[in-house]
Amino acid sequence: MVKGYIHSVETMGAVDGPGLRYVVFFQGCPFRCLFCHNPDTWKMLPDHQKSVDEVVQDILKYRDFFSFSGGGVTLSGGEPLMQPAFTAELVKVLKEQNIHVAIDTCGYVDKTPDIERIVQQADLFLLDIKHLNPVQHRKITGKNNDKTLAFLRFLNETHKDVWIRLVLLPTYSMDDAYINELIHFLKPFSCVKTVELLPYHEAGKAKWEKLGLTYPLSVTPPETDDVIAIANRFKAAGFRVLAPEKKS
Amino acid sequence: MKTLESLKADAAWAGFKPGVWQEKIDVVDFIKTNYTPYEGDDSFLAGVTDRTKKVWDIVSDLMKKEVANGGLLDADVSTPSAVDAYGPGYIEKDLELIVGLQTDAPLKRAIMPYGGYRMVQASCEAYGLKEDEKVKEIFTKYRKTHNEGVFQAYTPEIRACRKSAIITGLPDAYGRGRIIGDYRRVALYGIDALIEEKTLEKASSDHMDMVEDIIREREELSDQILALESIKRMALSYGIDISKPARSFKEAVQWVYFGYLAATKDQNGAAMSMGRVSSFLDIYAERDLNTKAATESELQEIMDDFIIKLRMIRFLRTPEYNELFSGDPVWVTESIGGMGDDGRTLVTKNSFRILHTLNNLGPAPEPNMTVLWSTKLPENFKKFCAAVSIDTSSIQYENDDLMRPLFGSDYGIACCVSPMIIGKEMQFFGARANLAKALLYAINGGVDERTFAKVVDGFEPITSEYLNYDEVAEKFDAIMTWLAKTYVSALNIIHFMHDKYYYEKAQLSLMDKDIVRKLGCGIAGFSVVVDSLSAIKYAKVKPIRNEQGIAVDFEIEGDFPKYGNNDDRVDSIATALVEQFMNKIRQLPTYRKAIPTQSILTITSNVVYGKKTGNTPDGRKANVPFAPGANPLHGRDVCGALASLCSVAKLPFEHAKDGISNTFSIIPNSLGKTKEDRIQNLTGMLDGYMAKHGQHLNVNVLNRETLKDAMEHPENYPQLTIRVSGYAVNFIKLTRDQQLDVISRTFHEKL
Repeated sequence: MVKGYIHSVETMGAVDGPGLRYVVFFQGCPFRCLFCHNPDTWKMLPDHQKSVDEVVQDILKYRDFFSFSGGGVTLSGGEPLMQPAFTAELVKVLKEQNIHVAIDTCGYVDKTPDIERIVQQADLFLLDIKHLNPVQHRKITGKNNDKTLAFLRFLNETHKDVWIRLVLLPTYSMDDAYINELIHFLKPFSCVKTVELLPYHEAGKAKWEKLGLTYPLSVTPPETDDVIAIANRFKAAGFRVLAPEKKS
Repeated sequence: MKTLESLKADAAWAGFKPGVWQEKIDVVDFIKTNYTPYEGDDSFLAGVTDRTKKVWDIVSDLMKKEVANGGLLDADVSTPSAVDAYGPGYIEKDLELIVGLQTDAPLKRAIMPYGGYRMVQASCEAYGLKEDEKVKEIFTKYRKTHNEGVFQAYTPEIRACRKSAIITGLPDAYGRGRIIGDYRRVALYGIDALIEEKTLEKASSDHMDMVEDIIREREELSDQILALESIKRMALSYGIDISKPARSFKEAVQWVYFGYLAATKDQNGAAMSMGRVSSFLDIYAERDLNTKAATESELQEIMDDFIIKLRMIRFLRTPEYNELFSGDPVWVTESIGGMGDDGRTLVTKNSFRILHTLNNLGPAPEPNMTVLWSTKLPENFKKFCAAVSIDTSSIQYENDDLMRPLFGSDYGIACCVSPMIIGKEMQFFGARANLAKALLYAINGGVDERTFAKVVDGFEPITSEYLNYDEVAEKFDAIMTWLAKTYVSALNIIHFMHDKYYYEKAQLSLMDKDIVRKLGCGIAGFSVVVDSLSAIKYAKVKPIRNEQGIAVDFEIEGDFPKYGNNDDRVDSIATALVEQFMNKIRQLPTYRKAIPTQSILTITSNVVYGKKTGNTPDGRKANVPFAPGANPLHGRDVCGALASLCSVAKLPFEHAKDGISNTFSIIPNSLGKTKEDRIQNLTGMLDGYMAKHGQHLNVNVLNRETLKDAMEHPENYPQLTIRVSGYAVNFIKLTRDQQLDVISRTFHEKL
């Protein structure tokens, strides 16, 4: 049986999909985002392998919390779709157990049979769009955005529930024109009802330094007011928006 | 009873459905027969009135002055407290709806020398007050105190254990508390009926053989009758006659409060809890609403005024006491909600009103708002509790589904986590034994790791290079057998003397004659022991010994599973330990045939205990605070909040029926993206924790930065409230060490 490279788990995720969620952080990622807050998940380390059964047995301990809160499991990382055979099997078993499954992904995948199975069976996709402009996308992630956008189209064809996650990075992805472009781009996708705005934060910085890496960004995190203004524009365009709120 | 017969036609009972409660003192029957469950939402609630704001402003100012004055506003050192020792006291007479203060002025503290004159003396010294010579003469020359009696009977071994702090926090110099009078009886029946009841109870033994138990009962009942008469006099000094039952919601609240106030004038108990009054009072609220005698706003205003009074309860205590139980707590614990045994919820509109005082007046540590949580509670109420928790961090939750089968539907929480049936059960409070230190005694053969004194004879130290799990387990078991015996002996002495010299006549006058007594033992250092045993079992632990061969530090080679990660390898050690120590206690004789129980609760003494305990085999360094209560040690729960909660929920309540305290802190953003999400997730988390049989959970929703800022600028945070082990405190009233401890604890902050 294929094993998965698992970085760690968080038994109480409350910000990666609906309700309380058991979050499985996978190892390995095709991107090297400038603002990555989990650079420690980039590499697959052989001593972190786990079987589907091991992962599922631990998840099942938290069933009560899923049903009481309307939660479930979120596969995140790293990039869960970089280990498609393992992920496909994991999603299958979780769905047999009637557990809600969300996949937090950058969408940088080819449409293989395993990926198709995952898309068929998972309930929700949290899809990161780092940038619509291929040049900017390469600058931020090191890779093109064509696969991500193709994956979104695939999710749309399969009528999946999709939350689009947008990292708001000053000077890269926050100006008016770009937000307009995003709204215009996302509007035709009937699968996208929710947009989640993730204002850039520096929480990952320490991890880069711990890994001996140079943190590549020197950008000030955005002001809450600016984030709220962007949230309002998405709301006005008819999206459900998840974004930080003003402190009361 | 004649009085009850005459009350049947009284206007006070008009509109209530008749029942057994009219034939005998039976508050539960009255509630069941008359209350109105409420499943709706919070939209009916009324905001704060100008009058309430004015009163609260005055009190807030006095509280600020109290803080600025080193924690004491004023004290009357020449009048030993008694139910009717003082004339009436007011905040602002014309503005108050509910009246009554502990002394004749707000926040003025009273002396209570019956527990021990040394407490009075030390308090005076600490606050720069001049002792009253006459009081001193009386209580050192003519009148013996509880404290003196205890120390006369203590054995050398108990004294040694107390000194080395393997047993700490014993109520041998102050009131034991943890007794809840059924204050509702005052409102429902009036004092005269209660006096008649007690008089008949006393007469029932008139023709019996006068043996010790009967003689003591007759003396106690006589004291109770005197107490009831003094409660009546005290109320009359405020111009209020409580000899007859309350006729309105306002009167019901006032009558209940007078009953409670009397208790706080009679006793400086470690925990002076309220019980379960809010849904009882709702019956009066509904009657007034139905007859249009009161509006919602008026009802809320009365509750707000009542809560202001409860926020002002104060006792004169020593700095040492405050170090153990910091932040000046009095544990005015009020149990709210829960389910009835007939399947109806006990949530009423007044359950909402009492929690709503936290919105109207702002957060506060007292009263200790305790929601009895059931997964079957109305969803609207769950959501309201979660919302108030998120805004104020002032609520604790206890598992009604776990306790109801054992305690019925009319129990209340005394202090932090101790369930007892209202009016029918009381506790002999027993503080706690330090099991982390006991483990070190097992390794060092009864020699204290800090003082190197031999505290107990007859135990051999472990001399091997590495600690062997089986050997440690065997020696630890033997030490616990000895410790339990010494500990329970100390408690038996304490409670014998407390009954003799500082009997709780006011509280017990509002309870049944044949009361069930529990002996509330407790353990501290729980997670330290569990992780230490896990390290010894799964890693290699090498003691570092000094020249005398005493293990003063430990080297750990390899990793080991840690309590708090929902890992059965170590959690099974935890559950076994709870049962093991309880079984030791169960075998011992108890004073007045009290039923032994234990809690896993430290209050804030986890800091002091840590200071008094050397390096431990789990890698914890000397002086570092223990985790509070049953919490995993700070930073060792690394799989997220639910794993941590699940580990604690595994601890067997059947072997810790006095409560298993767990304190949970999370930053708001980790609880969800939107307000609705945060409410839904907190509700789901509580449901899940209770479904897994967790007994207690303190919920803090706070940012660490807020606390750090409050340490620097306390003046900006007069009402910042944080839940610690089983109660809440004003953060700014904690000692600096305790503030740092709170900040260093695990905050779940996954983003």
